[in-house]
Amino acid sequence: MADSIKTYTVVIYTENSIGLLSQIANVFTRRNLNILSLSAGESAEEGSYHITVVTDGTERNVRGAALLVEKRVDVIRVDYYTDSEIVYKELAMYKVPTKSLLESGSMEKLLSGHQAKIVDINKKFTVIQKTGTAEDTSALLEDLKDYGICEFIRSGRIAVSKQWNAEEAE
Amino acid sequence: MEQNNLITGAEALLKALVDEGVDTIFGYPGGQIMPVYDKLYYYGDRLRHILVRHEQGAIHAAQGYARANGRTGVVMVTSGPGATNVVTGIADAMADSTPVVVLTGQVSVAALGTDAFQEADVIGITSAITKWNHQIRHADEIAESVAKAFYIAGNGRPGPVLLDITKDAQNELVEYSYRHCTGIRTYNPYPEPSDADIERAVELIDSAQRPFVVFGQGITISHAEKELAAFLTKGDIPAGATMLGLSALPSDFPLYEGMIGMHGNIAPNVKTNECDVLIAVGMRFDDRVTGKVSEYARQAKIIHIDIDKCEIGKIIQPEVGICGDAREVLTRITAKMRKASHREWIGSFDECRQAEQQLVIEPELRPDGGHIRMGEVVDMVAKVTGNKAIVITDVGQNQLIAARYSRYSGQGRSFITSGGLGTMGFGIPAAIGAKTACPDRPVCLFVGDGGTQMTIQEFGTVMQEGTGVKMVILNNNWLGNVRQWQELFFGGRYSQTRMLNPDYMGICRAYGIDSAVVEKREDLENAVRTMFEDNDRPYLLDVHVLEEGNVMPMVPPGKGISEIMINEKEWYKKNG
Repeated sequence: MADSIKTYTVVIYTENSIGLLSQIANVFTRRNLNILSLSAGESAEEGSYHITVVTDGTERNVRGAALLVEKRVDVIRVDYYTDSEIVYKELAMYKVPTKSLLESGSMEKLLSGHQAKIVDINKKFTVIQKTGTAEDTSALLEDLKDYGICEFIRSGRIAVSKQWNAEEAE
Repeated sequence: MEQNNLITGAEALLKALVDEGVDTIFGYPGGQIMPVYDKLYYYGDRLRHILVRHEQGAIHAAQGYARANGRTGVVMVTSGPGATNVVTGIADAMADSTPVVVLTGQVSVAALGTDAFQEADVIGITSAITKWNHQIRHADEIAESVAKAFYIAGNGRPGPVLLDITKDAQNELVEYSYRHCTGIRTYNPYPEPSDADIERAVELIDSAQRPFVVFGQGITISHAEKELAAFLTKGDIPAGATMLGLSALPSDFPLYEGMIGMHGNIAPNVKTNECDVLIAVGMRFDDRVTGKVSEYARQAKIIHIDIDKCEIGKIIQPEVGICGDAREVLTRITAKMRKASHREWIGSFDECRQAEQQLVIEPELRPDGGHIRMGEVVDMVAKVTGNKAIVITDVGQNQLIAARYSRYSGQGRSFITSGGLGTMGFGIPAAIGAKTACPDRPVCLFVGDGGTQMTIQEFGTVMQEGTGVKMVILNNNWLGNVRQWQELFFGGRYSQTRMLNPDYMGICRAYGIDSAVVEKREDLENAVRTMFEDNDRPYLLDVHVLEEGNVMPMVPPGKGISEIMINEKEWYKKNG
């Protein structure tokens, strides 16, 4: 169904221009597409940036938004994917009381089970880091609730397409 | 102190405009653009500045200028209110793909973001309605930014570009050198269609029994008038124009079937829903063109040619979408397609045409007495000017009736209107701009009494510049188009559409503009002839037309394009 609502990951390659992000956000707003996650950073090509936007919408609407974004003079290219077409991850960090973690005795098992690791630890709190899909990071969040979560934060999604383009590989 | 080869950013801006070939600026000075105006004092021999009476007048005049001669229009205004006053015109230029470069003054860099006097976030405000905008903070960015601005505004699908120039950039000293912009790595204005795309289009066209072409302003923008005529002639394909496509073909071109859309001609609208292959060139399936989209040309295989990738599949999913320049694509298709004949199909348009002539056109142009009808006035202007005028319109009934009854002798860019945005108040300043661009051609504005009063202050510009615009008010004491909708779709409840008018001749006298009032049919021809006697003199004709005149035919909103009202009570039916 072309009209069914799915999650799309829109990957935008741009010049590093001031104000471009707000223009891109405007396009999504105009099409009534909620930005569920957003990440931006420098791309492999010097001076060019990529912005990854996750949104729920119909293919037609997302395609229209992608074309409108691509139309901006400072935008190099826009691709959009469904979840099955990409490898995607996000980063999550969990701040947990050290005391409760140590007292439980099951910390190591928990962390290895979730493929998470400790990135900072002191007497008061421990910072755990995990990369994965939103489901993965949420699962760890759920398990850590028993220990008391002081702070939880997750990044926007980044994604790599599963397509293999020989030219790009060169 | 200016020394050696250093000049101020303000002067660099003017030099860059001269290097871009700009000859005219429509503008209005103010605090944050004063350094540029100060230098303009010395550039009067190279840059003609037309002082408008309101910044909205500047942008619409620049649009009229650009639409009339195809060159990029230039606007210069101050920061804050100066800039926000041009916003409507920028949105209008965006909707109608008009190349305009808007130069706005801006407060000093240190004051940015502090709510300084006359500071507005112009970049933020205009980002969604410009093709590109950019804030210049230092003088050394000016030359490159101007070059980029003109490149972007004028190439590909044209549009408005805004440069927001801080006071620092205007005052700093800079060594000036200018290089035209020839490309931007992130922007390909002229995508090259593949041979396969062309081939697929040719196959469809060659196989068509009932082909039909709808064309828009893309023909004018890409200078494809001749190529379109050659394509139609070789394929023996009838064609209809969108409102912005008007005048790209001469009115008497044998395969030209008139205007499509809500108030278009019956034949091209009906035939849109009967053709087997619909070839859309340089148009974007606006809702005023398609009517109810789900009932638009369902039977047809559609070829959509447009330079803007966004437009292909946006409203109508084509069988073949070709993203490219109309002239190039038409040339390539024409070269490959077969010469064809579709006489029977073309003959089938006659019935609709005759019905419209009898049921709509005759009563409008040759009524049995009563008040002057709007169509008669437009028809008279076409007759008196030998179909050679550049017709400008405002928005509303004046626009629709002018679109329906104006005629063109083959010179393109002869119908200029606010199509996409539908901006009332566009007409008077746009006419000033068009006349400035084409002083030798008669320029005739049709405007309602509502639109006249939206930008009537530009009479001052006409007075000061002596711009020889001919302004025809189709005066019915109503906001006519809204009144027509109220009559037809809102139970005749005329909510806030009755409008009393001033004495326009009195106003014209105050501005030193010649004028006349026409109330009787027998006076119309002489009055129009008098108006056009001296091409260089501004003139206003206040024509009192039938107050409750409607523009027909009409495809009511929400109806399919072949469901057509021919008057307030009757619908068009085939075979009588």
